[in-house]
Amino acid sequence: MITVVATDRRTRRRRSSAVTAALVAVAFALFILTMMIGSYYVPAWDVITSAFRLRDEPSVDFVVRDLRLPTATAGVAVGFALGVSGLLFQKLLGNPLASPDFVGISSGASMFAVSAIILFGAGSSMISASALAGALVSAFIIYLLAWRDGISGYRFVLIGIGLSQFMMSIVGYIIARAELYEARQAMTWLVGTVGQAGTTELRVLIAALLVLVPAALVLQRPLRVLELGDDTAKALGAHVELSRLALIGVAIVLIGFATAVAGPIMFVALIAGPIAQRIVGHNGGGIIAAGLVGSIIVLGADLVAHHVVPVDLPTGVITGIIGAPYLIWLLATVNREGRGG
Amino acid sequence: MTHDLRAENLTLGYSDVDVVRDLDVVIPDGRITVIVGANACGKSTLLRGLARLLRPRHGQVILDGKSVHDLKSIDVAKVLGLLPQSPVAPDGITVGDLVGRGRYPHQGWFRQWSADDDRAVGGALEATGTADLAGRNIAELSGGQRQRVWVAMALAQDTDLLLLDEPTTFLDINHQVELLDLLTDLNRESGKTIVIVLHDLNLACRYADHIIAMKQGVIVAEGSPTDVIDSAVVTDVFGLACDVVPDPVSGTPMIVPRGRHHASRERVIAAS
Repeated sequence: MITVVATDRRTRRRRSSAVTAALVAVAFALFILTMMIGSYYVPAWDVITSAFRLRDEPSVDFVVRDLRLPTATAGVAVGFALGVSGLLFQKLLGNPLASPDFVGISSGASMFAVSAIILFGAGSSMISASALAGALVSAFIIYLLAWRDGISGYRFVLIGIGLSQFMMSIVGYIIARAELYEARQAMTWLVGTVGQAGTTELRVLIAALLVLVPAALVLQRPLRVLELGDDTAKALGAHVELSRLALIGVAIVLIGFATAVAGPIMFVALIAGPIAQRIVGHNGGGIIAAGLVGSIIVLGADLVAHHVVPVDLPTGVITGIIGAPYLIWLLATVNREGRGG
Repeated sequence: MTHDLRAENLTLGYSDVDVVRDLDVVIPDGRITVIVGANACGKSTLLRGLARLLRPRHGQVILDGKSVHDLKSIDVAKVLGLLPQSPVAPDGITVGDLVGRGRYPHQGWFRQWSADDDRAVGGALEATGTADLAGRNIAELSGGQRQRVWVAMALAQDTDLLLLDEPTTFLDINHQVELLDLLTDLNRESGKTIVIVLHDLNLACRYADHIIAMKQGVIVAEGSPTDVIDSAVVTDVFGLACDVVPDPVSGTPMIVPRGRHHASRERVIAAS
């Protein structure tokens, strides 16, 4: 009997590590591929030796290190942050629709960033800082409005969606009042693209990932019982409100930094978690897997946006095209199971 | 191990309504206690209060001489388990994983999973007859199986006291009896103290060593079902006119409601 339990657990763990390893391989391959193709082709080996500083080759180094490495790194980092943030939100609020781009966090970032662009003519680092501030402020407002002896998933999602619409209409108003050039700049930002990443913001995002992803892994322990409902979690001795606050905090800061770097790339946070869960199995933690799936989606979408379609497009257009059908499917199936809301 | 769980002057409530008022109760150690009462009488609230899920307005819940709110939650969770009324099963989770999460209070940030955990999970699955289901997805199970899996999770927590809030809701009569038999086995074999909130008075009388009848947040009667459950108490607690007869199987009190349409036998007796 005990061996059955142990075997079951080992099978789950093996599957989870095998899939995670495969995801690392795919993400790495896309990372390298992103730096290979473009107006000037660089062979894979040259990309690797140059990007990891194994050899100096000035002509290759300029293309790889200076032109393409920031974009590729931004793709990995932004995707990872979006994937982890989305998964944490969905698990905490017990709702597959509860991704930060729907519950108003991204809209808050957009409202602040667009205001910075149009009203204050801000430069890139100022825009990023505004986006981050917007994410934090909107999350704080939603948390306050949704608080009633604790946080319930539905209330958080509904208030988030409401606030999101409110902020997006302000964005629309500001853009409608803007000069053409600034409006265009704001619209480009709003679609989201990894190419617009500045070096400083990217460094900050990577630093945030290095701190927050381990934090998320540590918090996975209480998260596993929080998922069973507040009463069960409390009965099992978990510090429910404290753990939830910490987890929401991690998720919000991650989405805030990711949005600050690349703009609100839609749907990645929504779809990365469920895809990761499906392939890793629902029992494995899934945080790392969700991050990797996020990186893969963003890198893949960016490759398609630049090299497959005839015109150069922002990354967010492609993720939108992938994500919209998924959202429709999700709405249809969630409602059938009576878990919508 | 013996434990002492009691409430003193306990007042519990939500927002500005007091649901349980000035209540004193001692949960008998090593016995099965069943709490009954009409809807909204505060029985689930009392259970949640005993499991320190609600902070008392006044008074306190005392576990082994100390107020539960002064103890560390993780230490309480090693002694006292609770299966809430509607626990949530995350999407796609397997039985083995769910039951394993009951081990939370015995693990730490650094001690993640041990042979003890495997043993406890294995034992819980075996006791509830859910071992064959270990690899199955919760969503695929029937209501009866699912409820046994939740009990298995509470058992994996390995506590001497186990509180269950309406564990038989949504189960058909066969599975209700099966579950209560299982809880009785656990009580008789391992001496677990069990407290159950139940709706079915007849099953409550049959399975309880100690019954607590509540009305509007206070205890109306408590003791052995045979001693305390009679038609006057049932009428008082539920507002129901009824006869109480001995259960033909167990001899415990059995409630036969009168209603307004089916008093034919009485009429026959009265006429003769």
